[in-house]
Amino acid sequence: MTQARSLIDEGGKRTDGRTANELRDINIKVGVVKNADGSALIEFGKNKIVVGVYGPREVHPKHMAQTDRCILRCRYHMTPFSTDTRKNPAPSRREVEISKVIRESLEPALMLEDYPRATIDVYIEVLQADGGSRCAGITAASVALADAGINMRDIVSACAAGKVDEKIVLDINDTEDKEGGADMPVAFMPNLKQITLLQLDGRLDKDQFNACLKEAISGCERVYEIQRASLMQKYFGNEPELKNGN
Amino acid sequence: MSASRRSTVIVENLRKLHMKDQISNGKRLDGRIFNESRPLSIETNVIPKANGSAWVKLGNTEVVAGVKVETGEPFEGLENKGALIVSAEVLPTASPFVEPGPPDEETIELARVVDRGIRESEMLALDKLALIPGKIVYTVFVDCSIINTDGNLFDATSYAVVLALLTSKFPVYEIKDEKVVDTGKVQDPPINTVPVSITFARIGDSLMLDPTTEEEVCMDARITLTTNSEGEYTAVQKGSNGYLTIEQVLQAADIAMTKGQELRQRVISIGKKEKA
Repeated sequence: MTQARSLIDEGGKRTDGRTANELRDINIKVGVVKNADGSALIEFGKNKIVVGVYGPREVHPKHMAQTDRCILRCRYHMTPFSTDTRKNPAPSRREVEISKVIRESLEPALMLEDYPRATIDVYIEVLQADGGSRCAGITAASVALADAGINMRDIVSACAAGKVDEKIVLDINDTEDKEGGADMPVAFMPNLKQITLLQLDGRLDKDQFNACLKEAISGCERVYEIQRASLMQKYFGNEPELKNGN
Repeated sequence: MSASRRSTVIVENLRKLHMKDQISNGKRLDGRIFNESRPLSIETNVIPKANGSAWVKLGNTEVVAGVKVETGEPFEGLENKGALIVSAEVLPTASPFVEPGPPDEETIELARVVDRGIRESEMLALDKLALIPGKIVYTVFVDCSIINTDGNLFDATSYAVVLALLTSKFPVYEIKDEKVVDTGKVQDPPINTVPVSITFARIGDSLMLDPTTEEEVCMDARITLTTNSEGEYTAVQKGSNGYLTIEQVLQAADIAMTKGQELRQRVISIGKKEKA
């Protein structure tokens, strides 16, 4: 991706007024979907994503069930009104791929062996998209899974870093994703220190690659604090509200 | 909807134990060491009707890629650039477990990851492939057929695409009275850089370069990294339902850079030989 215009001003401010290592405002509300076993609504910048978790429950069709573990099913879906031009509601190839990488990013955190023959279904509905929706989706899904009371090894926190004007910046927004030099979404289990999602598009030399990975992981650690606070808020109600971890 | 599923390929438990045993001794079932890829053989211009083609064998994995160049409308938001479309299909010939039908999520991921490696490295100078900016541009299709599978489809498919493009001849189109005319002449494609994809499977605590199907069935996680001629990383994809540690990612990135450089020399020399 070659960059057409400058996306960082002389004062070091980005297109949305943030500094290089500043996250967008993040707000997570737990238990918003009454019928679901677990749910969460995340506002991550202009992203607005609702996640509903059902399960562990019986698998249909039954041949999908596995005798020694639970299966995880995951759908990432964008509503037609979530983007600038209307998105066809049918699942695109992009959504198929994202559903797959999200499922693979959540599976290492779940103790699926505790629920043999069952399924856990995770539905991620993007109501408004603003760049970084897969990271916001993973972040909310993992809170919703915890809300559903599913045994987990760790929470999965996700955040992207990238390159804009040859500088490594945290939490790429929509404009920076489209016009900037690189985008690296990362999902991380902060207590186990394990990476469960890693993608990159754009161009990074070796030092930039290492710096970008480090920056994204530090973002994940800040996202984790917000996830934790949102769960504390629902279940204990007295944890002081934490905003965007900055 | 994406669902966890068990591999259709079965590796017996005894063989799995043997594999883990070998790995603890630094060896793999086929006798390779961890950072060794399988023999790679490449034949180019195998399909004369295509504008470019390559038949790649990576061990027992076989992929044919063909380039077809046409004209058409540009993509939205990329009005002044030619359009590049990379697709992949795992043919029913490829293994007893493949059936004809719409692509599954693994095939969609394969095509998208290979496409990303080529696109993000800017291998083709797409800005030189516009005829009437905003209206008519070159449309470059690279379609890949996987005819036999034995693991690491990502790299085999990526090499096939790169070689098919490197050795291709694009038709020269001209605009006369707002219409596209095929001059009957051909030209070399505008190439910026040569991307090389390198894939690892993590089994236990070790990273295996260029995994076979057997190793993929037993792997905990997968990572594919694409580098370009300038020594930059241009695409990365972690796959499979396990994790990687930070050290493992950095180790994979290191090896992908050096191994990628070695392989690039070979790819370029094959590309040149073909042109001479």
